[in-house]
Amino acid sequence: MLDFPLLSIMTFLPLVGVLLILMIRGDEKDVAKNSQYMALYTSLFTLAFGLYMFVHFDPQSADFQFVEKSGWLKSLGFSYHMGVDGISMLFVLLSAFLTPICIVSAWGSIKTRVKEYMIAFLVLECFMIGTFCALDTILFYVFFEGVLIPMFLIIGVWGGARRVYSAYKFFLYTLLGSVLMLIGLLVLYAQTGSTDIPTLMANPVASHWQYALWLAFFASFAVKMPMWPVHTWLPDAHVEAPTAGSVILAGVLLKMGGYGFLRFSLPMLPEATEYFTPLVYTLSIIAIIYTSLIALVQTDMKKLIAYSSVAHMGFVTLGIFTVTVNGVEGAIFQMLSHGLISAALFLCVGVVYDRLHTREIDRYGGIVQNMPRYATVFMILMLGSVGLPGTSGFVGEFLVLLGAFQVNTLVCALAATGAILGAAYMLMLYRRVVFGPLVHEDAGKMPDLNKREIGILLPLVLLSLWLGIFPSTAMNKISPTVEKLVSDYETKLESAKAQTSAALEKSESRGVAAP
Amino acid sequence: MIDFNLIPLLPEIFMALMGMGLLIVGATHGNQATQIISWAATAGLAIAALILLGIDWEGRNVLNGMFRIDEFSGFVKLLILLGLIASIALSVRYLQQEGMERFEYPILIIFAGIGMMMMVSSHNMLTLYMALELQSLSLYVLASFQRYSTRSAEAGIKYFILGALSSGMLLFGISLIYGFTGTLDFAVLAQTISGLETIPFGLTFGLVFVLAGLAFKISAVPFHMWTPDVYQGAPTCVTAFFAIVPKVAAFALLMRLLYEPFVGLAEQSGQILYFLALMSMVVGAFAAIAQTNIKRMLAYSSIGNMGYALIGLVAATPEGVGAVLIYLLIYMVMTAGVFAIILTMRRQGLGVHQISDLSGLSKTAPWLAYAMAILMFSMSGIPPMAGFFGKLMVFNAAIAADLYVLATLGILTSVIGTFYYLKIIKVMFFDEPTDAFDKGMPFARRAILLISIVFVLGFIAKPSPLIASAQSAASSLF
Repeated sequence: MLDFPLLSIMTFLPLVGVLLILMIRGDEKDVAKNSQYMALYTSLFTLAFGLYMFVHFDPQSADFQFVEKSGWLKSLGFSYHMGVDGISMLFVLLSAFLTPICIVSAWGSIKTRVKEYMIAFLVLECFMIGTFCALDTILFYVFFEGVLIPMFLIIGVWGGARRVYSAYKFFLYTLLGSVLMLIGLLVLYAQTGSTDIPTLMANPVASHWQYALWLAFFASFAVKMPMWPVHTWLPDAHVEAPTAGSVILAGVLLKMGGYGFLRFSLPMLPEATEYFTPLVYTLSIIAIIYTSLIALVQTDMKKLIAYSSVAHMGFVTLGIFTVTVNGVEGAIFQMLSHGLISAALFLCVGVVYDRLHTREIDRYGGIVQNMPRYATVFMILMLGSVGLPGTSGFVGEFLVLLGAFQVNTLVCALAATGAILGAAYMLMLYRRVVFGPLVHEDAGKMPDLNKREIGILLPLVLLSLWLGIFPSTAMNKISPTVEKLVSDYETKLESAKAQTSAALEKSESRGVAAP
Repeated sequence: MIDFNLIPLLPEIFMALMGMGLLIVGATHGNQATQIISWAATAGLAIAALILLGIDWEGRNVLNGMFRIDEFSGFVKLLILLGLIASIALSVRYLQQEGMERFEYPILIIFAGIGMMMMVSSHNMLTLYMALELQSLSLYVLASFQRYSTRSAEAGIKYFILGALSSGMLLFGISLIYGFTGTLDFAVLAQTISGLETIPFGLTFGLVFVLAGLAFKISAVPFHMWTPDVYQGAPTCVTAFFAIVPKVAAFALLMRLLYEPFVGLAEQSGQILYFLALMSMVVGAFAAIAQTNIKRMLAYSSIGNMGYALIGLVAATPEGVGAVLIYLLIYMVMTAGVFAIILTMRRQGLGVHQISDLSGLSKTAPWLAYAMAILMFSMSGIPPMAGFFGKLMVFNAAIAADLYVLATLGILTSVIGTFYYLKIIKVMFFDEPTDAFDKGMPFARRAILLISIVFVLGFIAKPSPLIASAQSAASSLF
C-alpha cells in the first residue's frame, strides 16, 4: 500500500532529533535555544507524518494498516511488526500532537538543563508512538516499559520539592505492574507459540489459562490507567512533575492502560474478560465516585486535576468493559478527549504556576479581572472536563453511559452520579481561582496569556471543541474497528460456551453410560 | 593407543608459553616493564582468541578423554578471552595510579585465564580440579595484590580460606562420586549413572558437595559470604576482573557437569539449583539496598545476577542454557563498562567508592553520568537496553519449562533490585553536585566504556546473530 515505512519513521524520527541535539555545540545559552528549536522541528515533522497517516488511513477497514513486518529476534520467534488500526491510530496522532505542545510549553519555564529536557521528551515520544504501533507483544513491552526511563528523569530532575519520592513511586509502581504482564506475555507465548498480536487476537488462548493471564495483564494496565486502588502514584507524580511532564502523563501515558485493555484483554482473553467484568465495574464506580469526592477537598490545583483524571479513567474502564459498540467507542473517545482537555488544564495550571510559583488554590482568586483571556480558555476547558454538550468531553461520557445503560442500569446510574460530582469540583475550582474578590495582590498583578501560551493552548481548545461539535471526524475512523472488536468478542464467547457445554454433555453422557 | 592430538589445546598452550615468556621479561626488566608486559599480554590474548577461532570447534575429546572441545567450550572461551583482555586493559593505568605497578599482575591474570579455559574444556574430574585450582590460586594472589593495604590483605585471606574450604568440599564430593561409580571420566560417569536403577545415597551426597563447591565460585547464596568483602577489599581493578570473568568460567563448568556427567541426576540437582537461584535473587535484591559502598553494592548485584542466570539452568533445556550464555555475555559487557567508570572515580589522586561520591555527576561530568545511567537501567533490566533481553531470555526459558513460580518470584525481586540501581541514577541526576572527579580517563577505559555503551544500546537492533550462536553453542551440550 505504501512504499515507505511510515510508522517506523514516525517512531524513530524523534531519535534522529536526539542525535542532532547531541551534536549541538557552543555556550550554554545557544545550546539551550538551538536544542529547543531542534526538538520543536523534529516533533513537528513527526506530527506532519502523523497527519499524513490520518489522511491516508482507510476508515472503511477494520484491519491493521501501514503494516511493516520483518524478522527481529528470529531465533526466539519475536518479530518487528508495526501497524495501526482504528483504535491505535488516533493515539499515535495524539502523542505526535502533544509532544510539540509540551516542548513549547517548556520554553519559558524550564531554565536548567534545557538540552537534556528536550532529549527526554523526544525519547519519550519515540516510545509512546512505538507503544501504540507495535504489533508484537515483546516489541510492545519494550516500548511500553521504555517510557519509564525518560519519565523518571523528567519527574526527578525537573520536578518539585518531593520529586525524588514521586519519581521512585512512579517508576517502581508501574514497573511492578508491567513485569507481571511480561510474565503473562511469556506464558502466552509458551502456550500459543506466537507473539504476533493479530494472530493472538484471532486465536484466543485456552480457557483455563485466560484467568491468570487476565490478572497479570490487569496488574499492568490497571496501574498504568490508573484504577482505584492502585492510583496513588498518579497524584504524587502529577504534583511533582514539571508542567509538560504532567501534560504528557495525563495526555498519553494514562491511555496506554486503556489501550492495553482494548488490545490484549478484550480480544485475547474474552472468557476471562466476561468473568472479571463485575470486578472492573466495581472498581470503576469506586474510582468515579470516590476519587471525585477526594477531588472536592483538594487545595492543590494539580492534585485536583489528577484526581479528576482518575475519575475520568473510571469512565473509560467502564466503557471498555461494557463491550458494547457504544461503550467502547465512548471509552476511546473519552480517552482522546481527556488527552486534550486534561493536558490543556495542566498547561493552564502551569501558566499561573510560572507566574506565582504556587499551586495552592487559595493563593489565587479573582484573576478574571487581570487575566480575561486566561479565564476564557480555562472556562472552555473546565466545561469540557465537566462534559458539557458541545465539548468533546460530552461525547465520550455520554456514549459510555449509553453503553453502560444497555448492560447494567445500576452501574449507569452510579456512574452518572460521578458526572455530577465532576461538575461540582471543577466548577468549584474555577470559581475559587478565577472568580471572587481579588484577595492577593500579587495574583492581581499577573499578566494575561502571552503569545506563546495562547499558541499552545489554542490548538487544544479548538480541537476539543471541534471534536465536541463534529465527533464523526474521529468516530468514523474508530467505528469499524470497534464494531469488529465487539462482534469478534461475542463470537469468541459463544464458541467458547458451545465448547464447554459440548464438553459437559460429553462427560454427562459418559457418566450415564458408565453404570 | 595414545591419543596425542594437541591442536584443540593450542590457545591454552600459546597462553602458557606467553605467560612464561612474559615472566622472564618481567624477571629481567623489573617492575618498570609492567606496562609493556600488560599490553603484550592483551595482544597475546587477542592472538589466542584468533587461534581459538581458527581451530575446529567440532565436538571431540582428546588426551584420552581428559579434554573436550566443542561449540560450547569455544563460545565460552571466547567470552573468557575477551573478558581477560578487558580486565588487563582496565587495570594498566589504575596500577600506576595506585603505585602497585608490578609485572606479576598481567601474568597472574593470564594464568588464571588458562585455568578458566581448562575448566570449560575439562572432561574429567582431575582436569576439572586442576584447572579450578590453577584459576583459584591466581585469584587469591590477585585479591591481596595491594600488599600494604590491610583491606586488600584481608580480602585475600578471606577469599583464600573460604575458597580452600570450597575446594575441599568439591574434592570431597568428587571422591564420593568416584567411590560410588568408580570413574572420573565425564562420559563414563554419564553412562554409569544412567545405568543405575536407583541412585545411591552417597552419589547424591557427592553431587551436593560438588554443587556446593561450585556455588561458592559463582557466589550463589548461601555460599556468597566472601563476595561483598572481597569485592570491597580488593583493588578496584581486581574487583573488575573478579566481576567480569571468573563467574563465566565457573558457570560454564557447572553447565558442563550438569548436562554431561550428571545428566542422570537432573531431579536431584534441579532442587538444589532451584534453591540457589531463588535465594541468590532474594538476597541479592534485598541486601544491596542498604549498601553505601558502590563496590559492595555491585557485589550484591552480582549475587542477584547469578541468581537470574541460574534460572536458566533450572530450566535445563538448550534454550535455558543459551539464555544463560547470552545473559552472562551481556552481564560481562555491562560490568566492564560500570567498572571503567568506577575506576575513574578519583579525587585528589585517591579512589573514592561511596555511592554518595557520585552526587551530581550529571553536572560535573555529564557524559560519564549518562553512560552510568544507561548501564544502570540496563542492569535493572529496563528495555530497550541489552540487560532486558538477558532477563527476557532467561525468563522465557523458565516459562517454557513450566517454572511459573520461580519466574514470577524472580521478576518480582528484579523490581526490588531496580530500587538500588535507581538510587545511583538518583544520586547522579537528582542530587546537588559535590567536588568533581579528577580529570582524565585513559584511552583503554574510554574504549571499553564506549564499546559497552554501544553494545548495551545497540543490542536491540540486531540481536539475532548473537542469540543464534549462543543457542547453537548450548545445544552442543545436549
